[in-house]
Amino acid sequence: MRDLAIEAEGLTRRFGTTTAVDQFDLTVPAGTVHGLLGPNGAGKTTAVRILTTLLRPDAGHARVAGHDVVREADRVRARIGLVGQQAALDEQLSGRQNLEMFGRLHHLGAARARHRAGELLERFGLADAADRPAAKYSGGMRRRLDLAAGLLIGPAVLFLDEPTTGLDPRGRNEVWREIRALVTEGTTVLLTTQYLEEADQLADAIAVIDHGRVIAAGPPDELKGAYHLDVVVRDTESLDRTAELLTRIGAGDPQIDPDQRRVSVPVGDRVAALTEAALALRDHDVEDIALRRPTLDEVFLSLTDERSAA
Amino acid sequence: MTAYAMDSWTLTRRTLLQWRNQPAQLAIGLLFPVMILLMFAYLFGGAMQVPGGGDYREFLLPGIFVLTMAFGLESTFTAVSSDAGKGVTDRFRTMPISAASVLTGRTVADMLYAAAGLVVLIACGLAVGWRWHHGWTNALLAVGLLLLLRYALLWFGVWLALVAGKPEMLMAVQILVWPLAFLSSVFTAPETMPGWLGTIAEWNPLSATAAATRELFGNPGEGGSWWPAVIWPLALLTVFMPLAVRRYRRLT
Repeated sequence: MRDLAIEAEGLTRRFGTTTAVDQFDLTVPAGTVHGLLGPNGAGKTTAVRILTTLLRPDAGHARVAGHDVVREADRVRARIGLVGQQAALDEQLSGRQNLEMFGRLHHLGAARARHRAGELLERFGLADAADRPAAKYSGGMRRRLDLAAGLLIGPAVLFLDEPTTGLDPRGRNEVWREIRALVTEGTTVLLTTQYLEEADQLADAIAVIDHGRVIAAGPPDELKGAYHLDVVVRDTESLDRTAELLTRIGAGDPQIDPDQRRVSVPVGDRVAALTEAALALRDHDVEDIALRRPTLDEVFLSLTDERSAA
Repeated sequence: MTAYAMDSWTLTRRTLLQWRNQPAQLAIGLLFPVMILLMFAYLFGGAMQVPGGGDYREFLLPGIFVLTMAFGLESTFTAVSSDAGKGVTDRFRTMPISAASVLTGRTVADMLYAAAGLVVLIACGLAVGWRWHHGWTNALLAVGLLLLLRYALLWFGVWLALVAGKPEMLMAVQILVWPLAFLSSVFTAPETMPGWLGTIAEWNPLSATAAATRELFGNPGEGGSWWPAVIWPLALLTVFMPLAVRRYRRLT
């Protein structure tokens, strides 16, 4: 069996009457990227705060990098990096001063902290801006500096809590590129995100979390399951007839959205389904036909439906 | 060097670097009380009567010293709450460093700032004609009482900032600090206020330090013994130091 970077069992944390994290289980093998996917308020951040020793669980236990997060918090802290939702930086200090400070606080010693800061600034493309105050950095630069601060010690486990929230597409791509590079170096990453696409791009496995519980876990493709075929018609009159046609082609019940004049159906073999649908709808007043992966909402709804049906 | 001392120094050094990066901001902070001093000494001073007689500027200076210590609450609040709001505090807490070193780093930096502020004000006071009359020892004791007050308010500030959790609450702190400063014997003698208001002003911790330092410097106005100026800050410390530390750990 491979080493486990994170093992959580039955983690529970309540705030007043709300249970933010409820019987939360998670197993992350070392050297992988694990996505924690869920809507706002699902308990992702609370789970990360427990795993990074910021919060004590009311029940359950967790080991990170081989140490218990409550009883051996200091040992865990020496092996992890956390990059939170906002850039946790001293904006009055330069990028270099920030990294040197955090490096010293990691007990690298002044000389190594300086060296490491230089290395990371270079690597994250911040060498030119190294001596400017962080307040003058763009959002993407700040996020990269923040990521660099999380990597000072070469952590065994890196926690990324919604690392691309609030970034423009370019900044997001920069951050994704860095995360991919990290993984090739053997760092284990736990990534929380609201975006299916982000988890899809980066994660080896995903846990979907809702109301503090893991409701599904597995590789991204498995979770997303079937492709959907969308057919948009010109006239709402023909929605029902189109749905009827698609019932024969699809692998599930078609959903009709009258506002969008759209019929949507999950399909098995997507190429065959598309071809068949195109032929069958040839003489209908079809505006658009498209194949797409389900959105997080759909995955989410289907998962919660399964749960309530079970 | 122990990890505690090393980490505390790293965090104090952080503030020193901020000052080096933004000298203008440091200068404005240090000169703001000087502006208040000049305003009261030259604009309002002519209209002020010191009960029992004496020069208003001589009366005023110990008040301005106390006021500056109280204003320090705002800089402590700003520093601690913006760290908390931006997640810097959380980052510290996921690192293998103790709560004590983070708080010591803050404390030492703020006390250095307070001491620098006092040096600037004492120099300005001497320039506008203020003097201490009871020798160096008493003058230094008075400075000690002022720093003790600042130290106590510092922990109050740390606690407030950790509870607020974001710097946007600074306005609320200012609304708290200004009346606290004016409703005391800092600028005017409590005897000149309406009865009940004067009583509050007399019981204000800032008044205790103002009275004790007036006595020690030998300045006019109603003096007072040193002990209320020790007891008040110690009482504040007893309450807010453990509260602040507990709030920082907040891991229950």
